[in-house]
Amino acid sequence: MLASQIGYYSLIMGLLFSFLLCAASIKNFNNNSEGINHNILTLSFLQFNFVVVSFLSLILSFINSDFSNETVFNNSHTTKPLFYKISGTWGNHEGSLLLWLLVLTLFIFVFLIKSRQQPKRYRILTLLFQQVIIIGFFLFILMTSNPFNYLFPIPDEGMGLNPILQDPALAIHPPILYLGYVGTSIIFSSSLAAVTQNYVSKEWGKHIKKWVLVSWVFLTIGIMLGSIWAYYELGWGGFWFWDPVENVSLMPWLTLTALLHCIAVLEKRATLTSWVVILSITTFTLSMSGTFLVRSGLLNSVHTFANDPARGIFILVFLFILIFLSLGVFFLFHKENYKDSNNFFWLSRESSILINNWFMMYFLSVVLIGTVYPIFLDVISAEKISVGPPFYQKLIAPFLMPFLLFMAIGPKLKWIKSKVENKNTLIIFFIISVALTFFILKDLTTDLLFYTVLISAAFFLFFTILKELFVQKLSNISQTIAHFGFSLLILSILFNGILSSEIITNIKVGEKYTNNKSEIFFEKIEEKKESNFNSIVGYFKITDANGKVIQLKPELRIYNQPVIITSEADIKTTLLEDKFLVMNIVKGNEYFNIRYQVKPFMLWIWISVLLLSIGGSLSIFKKKYEK
Amino acid sequence: MYGKKVKLRFIFLALILISVILTVFLILQSLKENVVYFQSPSEIKSLIELNKKKIRVGGMVKEKSVSINSYEVKFIITDFKNEINVVYSGAVPNLFAEGKGVVAEGFLKDKNYFTATKILAKHDENYMPPEVKEAIGDK
Repeated sequence: MLASQIGYYSLIMGLLFSFLLCAASIKNFNNNSEGINHNILTLSFLQFNFVVVSFLSLILSFINSDFSNETVFNNSHTTKPLFYKISGTWGNHEGSLLLWLLVLTLFIFVFLIKSRQQPKRYRILTLLFQQVIIIGFFLFILMTSNPFNYLFPIPDEGMGLNPILQDPALAIHPPILYLGYVGTSIIFSSSLAAVTQNYVSKEWGKHIKKWVLVSWVFLTIGIMLGSIWAYYELGWGGFWFWDPVENVSLMPWLTLTALLHCIAVLEKRATLTSWVVILSITTFTLSMSGTFLVRSGLLNSVHTFANDPARGIFILVFLFILIFLSLGVFFLFHKENYKDSNNFFWLSRESSILINNWFMMYFLSVVLIGTVYPIFLDVISAEKISVGPPFYQKLIAPFLMPFLLFMAIGPKLKWIKSKVENKNTLIIFFIISVALTFFILKDLTTDLLFYTVLISAAFFLFFTILKELFVQKLSNISQTIAHFGFSLLILSILFNGILSSEIITNIKVGEKYTNNKSEIFFEKIEEKKESNFNSIVGYFKITDANGKVIQLKPELRIYNQPVIITSEADIKTTLLEDKFLVMNIVKGNEYFNIRYQVKPFMLWIWISVLLLSIGGSLSIFKKKYEK
Repeated sequence: MYGKKVKLRFIFLALILISVILTVFLILQSLKENVVYFQSPSEIKSLIELNKKKIRVGGMVKEKSVSINSYEVKFIITDFKNEINVVYSGAVPNLFAEGKGVVAEGFLKDKNYFTATKILAKHDENYMPPEVKEAIGDK
């Protein structure tokens, strides 16, 4: 109870400090002092601390199961393990917004410290734009989503946390993803500040690149964690469903990736200034609208915590204010710098990066239209439709081929003007790729031509980068690792798609299912009791074509608070393939519905995403040892 | 006549414009082919001609209608006005049960029989897809 009050009043103090910060910044902006006034740093630090106190007191309420707090009552339960009591803090609407705010205030403080070499006015303006966002979030939380609402009479027991959210990957998925999302807000504010100060330059590019990389790495890992969770928890055995909620996180990732490449052009050549600013604005807008779409209940998923129209409208209005603000700033202040842009040649690193951007924008429009069109149609005609995976696959796969080829050649080009070197090696690689693909695929798939073309391109990229990895100078290692990760990702996804097989059947205890590839024997079931759920464990013996036997033990859990049945897949992971078994009960019948999947190269999908983010992280630290 | 820069800008703009038009055209075209419409049992009853395309049907799983054997699950989807028989062989989600909301994706055999290829997973026992809520009225 006390904790809730402390939390609530710290939030209000945090909001007050926003106004103090704005006042101090404006005063400091107009005087002639050299650097930023020290008071501003202190104020920003204090604001961050108030939000920390507020967040900690919410965690404390969750740990103590203080059901006088409405948020705790709605999302917690005394029998829940401590770890999930804590992670439950951000497993709900109110708490997750408080986490957003926490990261917002943390990042602006870090920005102020890390940007000491930058011009004073640029730093102050960044702070001001960032405070607009921060004030918006403070108001949003205090007005529509207060995590410290008081309940009376105090209930004895809470409602519990949806059991499928009680999972280690999902405990860290939101914080990591938010670090990525909120990182884009810094990019947004600072690009607006840079536009106003006419500071979109090489120096700015070098300085903001760190933030782009940090956001990109966190966003990548955050998306991957969500994907891993969906893979083993939702029981469908896939890792990407083109679900609107997933798309919403993919969209800022695409623009951020485009921005990451563009910043390099800005940093080296001081061109593409307007495009960089537009991308920065778009990325943050997409992150915000993602939050809006997910939170407002327009998209239905496990992420939708509550459907309160007031919240949706608030975010929508806030979003529009931000968009108009940024467009206004952009058109009023932006001046094109013509300095260096004179020498442009088609065959150069810049134009290859532009091609990369073209593809990113294309993929973005596909995902955007596929996600938004059903909502749009529902609003204007009340017709209910859904856009499934075939739409995305059909539109993205054909464009992946040229994209991969360009990606193989692009990084080899030099800035300004270049020619393709080692043409012979490239041609040899290309022939090897096509031959290898044809050899692997010829008995595997019906759609031979399509897959040969696609996988050849992926192999081509793979080999060119592999060679690069061996003859590489250290300076480019981060980029090569990231690109290598990407080529591995595409190869794993393609082969995973072609080679996966599955058996779905209904089976009784003691029965055997046999087909030409494998044999599934349902030995027995056992019951287990845990503090917050009872479970039924199925014992299966599976014999594959080579006579190898493995045992898999999928589980059915019946959670007590709230009463929900979940099925826990059992997965045997090896380097080459995953074996995935999930079972389900249909009616109080003796039949169990089972789904057995063999998924090649699953592990490599995760490994390659990790390589991508390792590449990004290396790039963050690279400049330090070079100096 | 024009400087190199102007020419370059012009080519750039033209390229962007062309690719935007192509992209939009391509996306809309494939959107037309790949959207899945949602229909309630009553809407299916009132169809004049059968659609061969994939659709989604939603409503409640009728009480005591689920039967199961080793290769398929049969059940009835109802919106309390009309109902439709569903035959399904595939993975059944956790929260599939009699008296609960359901969305099935697949093809119509005729106005009374539906062959489902997928039953959509729900994550929460209190949660009801808005389509289903609308399909069964305010119940």
